[in-house]
Amino acid sequence: MSETLSLDGVHTHIGRYHILQGVDFDAPAGKTTMLLGRNGAGKTTTLRTIMGLWRASRGAIRLGDKRLEAQRASDVARAGVAYVPETMAIFSDLSVKENLTLAARLGPMDEVRLNWIFGFFPALRKFWLSRAGSLSGGQKQMLSIARAIVEPRDLLLIDEPTKGLAPTIIDGLIACLKEIKQRDATILLVEQNFRVAREVGDFVRVMDNGRIVHAGEMAALAGDSALQGRLLGLSLDSHQ
Amino acid sequence: MSDVGAALPKPRIDILPALTPLIVAALVAPFIGSFSTFATLTLASLAMGAMLFTMASGLTLAFGMMDVLNFGHGAFIAVGAFVATVVYALAAPLGQGSLALDLGVFALALVAAAAVCGALGFVYERLLIAPVYGRHLEQILITIGGSIVIEQLLLALFGTEPIALSPPPALQGSLTFGEVGVEKYRLVALGLGLALFVAQLVVLSRTRIGLLIRAGVENREMVEALGYRIDRLFIGVFMAASALAGVGGVLWGLYQNQARAGMGGELLVLVFIVIIIGGLGSVTGCFVGAVLVALISNYAGFLAPKLALVSNILVMVAVLLWRPRGLYPLGAR
Repeated sequence: MSETLSLDGVHTHIGRYHILQGVDFDAPAGKTTMLLGRNGAGKTTTLRTIMGLWRASRGAIRLGDKRLEAQRASDVARAGVAYVPETMAIFSDLSVKENLTLAARLGPMDEVRLNWIFGFFPALRKFWLSRAGSLSGGQKQMLSIARAIVEPRDLLLIDEPTKGLAPTIIDGLIACLKEIKQRDATILLVEQNFRVAREVGDFVRVMDNGRIVHAGEMAALAGDSALQGRLLGLSLDSHQ
Repeated sequence: MSDVGAALPKPRIDILPALTPLIVAALVAPFIGSFSTFATLTLASLAMGAMLFTMASGLTLAFGMMDVLNFGHGAFIAVGAFVATVVYALAAPLGQGSLALDLGVFALALVAAAAVCGALGFVYERLLIAPVYGRHLEQILITIGGSIVIEQLLLALFGTEPIALSPPPALQGSLTFGEVGVEKYRLVALGLGLALFVAQLVVLSRTRIGLLIRAGVENREMVEALGYRIDRLFIGVFMAASALAGVGGVLWGLYQNQARAGMGGELLVLVFIVIIIGGLGSVTGCFVGAVLVALISNYAGFLAPKLALVSNILVMVAVLLWRPRGLYPLGAR
């Protein structure tokens, strides 16, 4: 069952840099929350801090009633969080099957769930035994997302899944994200492509300089050009 | 999705590096002259390669996965050899000569060396390696320091004189096939090295722990983000690497007929050459590299003894000019 994610005054330092400077927001259970902002606003740092890959220096991170801020990444993952990094981070020396086998911590992969994944990522079935390193960029992204959903998770953290992908592949990814939403997963999605944000987002949080500067419904932001311009310096209309 | 039909490059089986030992042997054969000499040299090289692989394979996994420059790996080789001297000394009252007894004591020496070195590896990793993960300069200094401490402890415990260590009588002597003679012990070492190579390949490709090790070599952070404790995996790999060094030390000590505190340090250069030639983190590359180094070392020793000392460096330079990341490089971290 999905859980609500909430961050309360989260600070993160990386070396001598103070990246997150008191991040407060929540991502409601079973909904897709978009995390938007200019480059360098702190979006990826937020995801990595939630995941435990960077340690929060202050503040609280909760998933339902579980506290995450002091946990190491493996414990955060075991608390029900899956992470799709911007770099995809697939294991290129392993086959598609082996990548998913590792992601299925609970034991053998559930065939019904696997077929559900193959439904929107048929390339993974086709190249099941191929080295992941030999897949195309789009196929690697499919594998990276499939790895996050091969078992049910309470929260999915997805970092720019459409970055560098062709428009036709992005359409497929949008369909996939909508399909995952139907499974009642809580999703926190960093995305620079506003068309994707508008199509899959229920809520939006906008970051700037390591803080949340806007929180609301995605539809409201999508329909307010002035707000888009003020928050993001961009108009969604220019990203159709 | 529309990407389904995208052409996927066929997985390329890179066979050429694996063929290099054969190519070297074929090129050298005409210069050796007699077939029996060539065959004897080649079989001896294969046995030496198997021993080098046993010592180096753990280091390549630990280096590839943990990014740890362990200059103390050689100390575990020496510890393994000294453990064998203790086992042989304890087993001396049982007598010698029976094949079953000889093999039993030999197996016990291997198991004891693996156990002692594995346990020592645990302490070494926790005390010396864990505090300096990600800091190469400190790793070099602290592991060299650790190896000096272990070497001095061996000198204090066993004295400065080498301790004799001979293969059990049942494994001494030679077998002859026509005009080709080969020592029984070298065949045993070759068989054991091959068995360890196959076992490592099976573990790495057929088990979850093997998948985790291969994944960890490539991207430690993502392994952790999938819910696995990479630090525990590191400890396990380091202990296995130390155990393999110990087993290699037993084999090398019996091959050299002695155990010396400094033997590990002398072998370390050769072990590093093997894993650099093979490609850091690659077990297959390590095996091919070990055989290649052993072949060239023995052929050079026979054909041009003055070149024997530099032959390994030359082969490493040649391989790196051809393949800058080794024969079987893994995915970049």
